[in-house]
Amino acid sequence: MDTFLQQLVNGLTIGSMFALIALGYTMVYGVMKLINFAHGDLVAGSAFVGLFVFSQLLGGEVSLPVVIGVFLLTIVAISLLGFTVERLAYRPLRTAPRLSAVVSALGASMVIQNGIMLLWGPQMQIFPELIPSVIWEVGGVVISLMQVLIMALSTLLMVGLYFFVEKTKIGTAIRASAIDQDAARLMGINVNNIIVTIFLIGSSLGAVGGLFIGLYYRGITFNMGWQYGLYAFVAAIIGGIGNIPGAMLGGLLLGLFKAFIAGYVSSTWADAFTFILLIVILIVRPTGILGERVAEKV
Amino acid sequence: MTTSDDVLFKISDLEVSYGSIAAIKGISLEVKKGEIVTILGSNGAGKTTTMRAISQLIKAKSGSIRYKDHELTKLPAHKIVSLGISHSPEGRRVFNILTVEENLSLGAYTKNKVDKDILKWVYDLFPRLEERKLQLAGTLSGGEQQMLAIGRSLMSKPDLLLLDEPSLGIAPILVKAIFTQIKKIAATGVTVLLVEQNARAALKLANRGYVLEVGKIVFSGTSEELLSSARIQEAYLGKKK
Repeated sequence: MDTFLQQLVNGLTIGSMFALIALGYTMVYGVMKLINFAHGDLVAGSAFVGLFVFSQLLGGEVSLPVVIGVFLLTIVAISLLGFTVERLAYRPLRTAPRLSAVVSALGASMVIQNGIMLLWGPQMQIFPELIPSVIWEVGGVVISLMQVLIMALSTLLMVGLYFFVEKTKIGTAIRASAIDQDAARLMGINVNNIIVTIFLIGSSLGAVGGLFIGLYYRGITFNMGWQYGLYAFVAAIIGGIGNIPGAMLGGLLLGLFKAFIAGYVSSTWADAFTFILLIVILIVRPTGILGERVAEKV
Repeated sequence: MTTSDDVLFKISDLEVSYGSIAAIKGISLEVKKGEIVTILGSNGAGKTTTMRAISQLIKAKSGSIRYKDHELTKLPAHKIVSLGISHSPEGRRVFNILTVEENLSLGAYTKNKVDKDILKWVYDLFPRLEERKLQLAGTLSGGEQQMLAIGRSLMSKPDLLLLDEPSLGIAPILVKAIFTQIKKIAATGVTVLLVEQNARAALKLANRGYVLEVGKIVFSGTSEELLSSARIQEAYLGKKK
């Protein structure tokens, strides 16, 4: 029972991170029907930018304003990078065949990954301990302040995103553009601006995810975007790619699945089982758990 | 009769191609303020392409499309609706997984907020939409979706309404109902450009018409002239010589 509760806490923590990152994939896919392969590398870049902002710009001393500053500056930097990727790698190919855009996405991924390596080197860097290591033990389950913060902030961001997309005028325009871009243009929606908006939102959430990865795992490498990007991508597919609540659900489920495999089987097998899960889901339910929403006639 | 000063909308020598295939081969037409004008033609004649070219969803290869003082071909698609042109597209293209209400509010996207009076007017024209306002648009019947597409295009309070095949795939009884409401909409001063395959229904409604065949206008005139033309009768109204 202890193992179960402990892995539940751990699973929800890493699941929150996967979910935040998965949202970036799913929102872009929803409107552009394109997998933004550079997204994982933006996430990795976020951890390095956070490290730089903390140690070079804000003095390297931990305090609440500094931590908030690290988050805000990193989010701004990474969303600008996401904006730039859209401008340079995707917008010129808007009317090109889908395959060209996919190749361009892979290219953007490599450029960012190698950019990180040039700036910070190929060796692993240690992310600063921005959150004091406070640990509680509740009925045999160890839970840290950092885990609580990761889960709380992720939940807040996801609830906020959900209401933004469901209840605001821009959110409705985002959903309309995902359904039918031409019809959206007829309504007077500037679809290019909508695409910029989702890149800014997706990159910002990815930036927070990247900082969480740095805080939680501490060791960061220039090529880790591929690994975490892949988990998040799998999470988006499990939930149903293009579906925003699906990405949230898929992230949490993947996190729990990995944690339980690590707890009950072996952590070295966690990845193998993760991809077996992906294959099973693709066979049983190719559109993911929530799938693309379809209006059924009643 | 209206004079040429009242021309609201004018297409001159429009050519549109898909790649190397010419779809519209130099057409000219005009619509005067307050008129209902119809473009008739069979499948593939270029009717929908003409409508998409007006809304800038497809860019013209050459020619001009003028509306009031604006040259539309120089504008991006999302700028068109705020000029007062609203397009109800072929196949309805309602946002299927949004509610009826959300679809209508998107029709007023360029406005600061949804105008309650216009919404009431749309609901009065199509009471079915009010009954189903919280339903997803994709769950409506074809006829109801067409009502929604027209209602949505009215939400921006257009001066010129582009209707692309409102009768397509709809039960005959609903076609009649929808055409009655189009007449009511036009009576409020909205100018209508109506594309139709259903020539009989369209000519009953319209003041004038153009006949499009493989990208060219082959005939134009008042509805009476078109209805009495032997060629039109044979090709589009199903009468034998």
